[in-house]
Amino acid sequence: MLSRIAEALFWIGRYVERAEDTCRIVEVHLHQGLDDPTLDANGAARDLLLLMGQRAVEQPDVLHQFCYDERSPISFLNALGSARESARRARETVSTEVWESINTTWLAVRGGRLQRMRPASMFKVIRERCAVIAGLADNTMSHDEGWLFLTLGRSIERLDMTSRLLSTPSLAGNSPRAWDHVLSGCGAHHAFVQRYGALASERDAAEFLILDRLFPRSLIYTLGTATQALTQLGPSNLRIRPDDPAARLLGAARASLEYLPPDEIQVDLPAEMAKLQVVCSQATKSISARYFEGSAAAEWVGGLW
Amino acid sequence: MSVLFDGYPRGQAAYDEMIGPDGVRAELASVAAELDDLGIEEVRARAEYLRSVYIDQGVTFDIGGEERPFPLDIVPRVMQAAEFAHIEEGSRQRVRAMEAFLSDIYSEGRCFAEGVVPRHVVATSPHFHRVMAGITMPNGVRVHVAGIDLIRGDDGVYRVLEDNVRCPSGVSYVMTNRRAINSALPEVAGKHRIQPVEDYPSQLLKALRAAAPSGVADPTVVVLTPGVYNSAYFEHALLARMMGVELVEGRDLVAHGGHVSLRTTRGLRPVHVIYRRIDDDFLDPAVFRADSLLGCAGLLNAARAGNVTLANAVGNGVADDKLVYTYMPDLIRFYLGEDPILASVDTWRLEEKEAREEVLDRLDELVVKPVDGSGGKGIVIGPRANAETLEKLRRQILRDARGWIAQPVVQLSTVPTMIDGQLKPRHVDLRPFVVNAGAEGMYVLPGGLTRVALPEGELIVNSSQGGGSKDTWVLTETRPTVNVRRPAEARPPSVPLSEQIVDRVIRHQHEQQQQSQAAVAAQGGERSC
Repeated sequence: MLSRIAEALFWIGRYVERAEDTCRIVEVHLHQGLDDPTLDANGAARDLLLLMGQRAVEQPDVLHQFCYDERSPISFLNALGSARESARRARETVSTEVWESINTTWLAVRGGRLQRMRPASMFKVIRERCAVIAGLADNTMSHDEGWLFLTLGRSIERLDMTSRLLSTPSLAGNSPRAWDHVLSGCGAHHAFVQRYGALASERDAAEFLILDRLFPRSLIYTLGTATQALTQLGPSNLRIRPDDPAARLLGAARASLEYLPPDEIQVDLPAEMAKLQVVCSQATKSISARYFEGSAAAEWVGGLW
Repeated sequence: MSVLFDGYPRGQAAYDEMIGPDGVRAELASVAAELDDLGIEEVRARAEYLRSVYIDQGVTFDIGGEERPFPLDIVPRVMQAAEFAHIEEGSRQRVRAMEAFLSDIYSEGRCFAEGVVPRHVVATSPHFHRVMAGITMPNGVRVHVAGIDLIRGDDGVYRVLEDNVRCPSGVSYVMTNRRAINSALPEVAGKHRIQPVEDYPSQLLKALRAAAPSGVADPTVVVLTPGVYNSAYFEHALLARMMGVELVEGRDLVAHGGHVSLRTTRGLRPVHVIYRRIDDDFLDPAVFRADSLLGCAGLLNAARAGNVTLANAVGNGVADDKLVYTYMPDLIRFYLGEDPILASVDTWRLEEKEAREEVLDRLDELVVKPVDGSGGKGIVIGPRANAETLEKLRRQILRDARGWIAQPVVQLSTVPTMIDGQLKPRHVDLRPFVVNAGAEGMYVLPGGLTRVALPEGELIVNSSQGGGSKDTWVLTETRPTVNVRRPAEARPPSVPLSEQIVDRVIRHQHEQQQQSQAAVAAQGGERSC
């Protein structure tokens, strides 16, 4: 597969997942604000910006920066636009159905159309559109190299964003309600209650979102998906250890989460999650060095013969 | 006459493909009747549907870096099989003549020696590339894909307006138009036998594979695009997808040691045939424009070494130079010993003194065109130009007579077109596509791209000038045959759908309830008797 196309697919996966997860994060933030009237709204919004790696401003406008502003690097409008641009560049590779669903999603949200929806229905629309795109990708593309890159991108983005989402309860004093919101934000509330019952603690919630092997948005599950995709992409050394740096990074992160003593799960969770975000960015670098940089911009120095 | 065509002008100066002076033309009566049955409101609604599917599917054309949906009109342009057979024969003939001409000018130059074409006409063409001299193509084909632009004058005769043998575009819209019209007008399309256009990608792939360097058993074919900002990017992506080959940009290619490879996630992979959609000048910075990053340095070297085939061949532009066009009837007679099947538009060569003088006298009644222009650029339509434009043109002609030709204003034929909810006559042209696989034959796509000029009275029909298109139907008497790729399979065994047991239990309960109710009713009935 062409390096350039592989890269485009990787980023379609990432951007679509980013749009969905950003939407989930903002929803959680808004609900937490509603739940706790004593919360300093401005302070919480600033914390959220910091969490997304942005410089905090005096009076942040969460809806504008995270949703409506196409130029804001953390808005889901921006993520959807970038996904569409990547899909356009890989148009002969993604299936027509995937292209069409990305294209119609983009057309439905651009140019002030989001502002006309009520926030609650806006979040629902975005989440569902992203689910449609992901579902079509899984069901209409061959699960070959291209799809593996898409899956890899989606998993790495999900790890990164879920880790940020898991840091938000600490901003709201780790209250049980805060954890409830994070569970809902991950679409995990139902699955969690079924597994742990209604009396579960917030530590259980953290444990579920980090370590559950069967829930598809948990960190462990997602790390597993990413590692699997990498293994299928590049045959590696099976005798001693995988020779792919990205696989090693992800594997090490997985082991350190998996073998965390139960009592330490909530100790300094934000710091632990920040480490994971660094792993995501390092893994991305080594994936692009190995697979994508073959298509580095052409350079031609010289004149006519 | 129908409601739909009420108020539609008849017997106007231009030839209308559907409505003659006495109403709907007999051979198109059924199409018009079917449309009429739908009613104007419904036809408007279907037109709106067409617009929305093209936006959703991203069927676009880039103008100045902006993506715009390519307008598709709801009323198809309809041709009879015999009418198209004539166009098909004529197009094949032109391609054969152009092949012979190109092969001749890049080798012996018989046409110069015999005085058919003056040598300087070819030598001064900006598209004549000396680097191609002496190169023979693997299967002798230089024109793998040709688009012949035809117009129909007020006498109803098809004439060739120009030939395109560099990178003719538009075929993707022929395929998407057919699909869209089939879904928008199933009643109308279903009642007619329309020759299929879906064979194009497989025919193109066949021709490209046939052009591979000799000794390559399973050639790798790619489509080379300048990138997403090119006006025809949609087409490049569609062709690559439908042929199942990679769509590459220049930076995806590496030329080394006379071979060309692709940069893939698993290292370099050799390429054998490049269907390039980049103009000659941008193809190889080592030979042509050194500042271009669109192509790949060393590409031409690999082509000269015979390790990769470029389709269409470099230097083909000489054959579609508008000055060479004026020699085409002579070239057909010279190379093929046949009379031209398709008529040409009368053309003055401005480098000839007498012609020039006549044209300069009559600038305000003629169309003057630059010989190497495309996309309608630089064309001056005399009757519509102001004095200042004509004066400027006069000076340009005197400075560079080789650069211009002149033709009488041809009233292009019209077809009913939906404009603001009403059917109005709009001018159209036609571009049939010819795919040449050499010894394996030549394929002419049934119909071709009908482009329509949307502004009233506009005579320049071009997508870069904001034109639209129409689905083009070639009706056939016999049942059209479509390439069958697989043998028909045996009929699948009939197995009922499985269902959950609980469904059966519930249904059983329902039945019981109904039965007992029915029994009660029956008893009640008996009692009342």
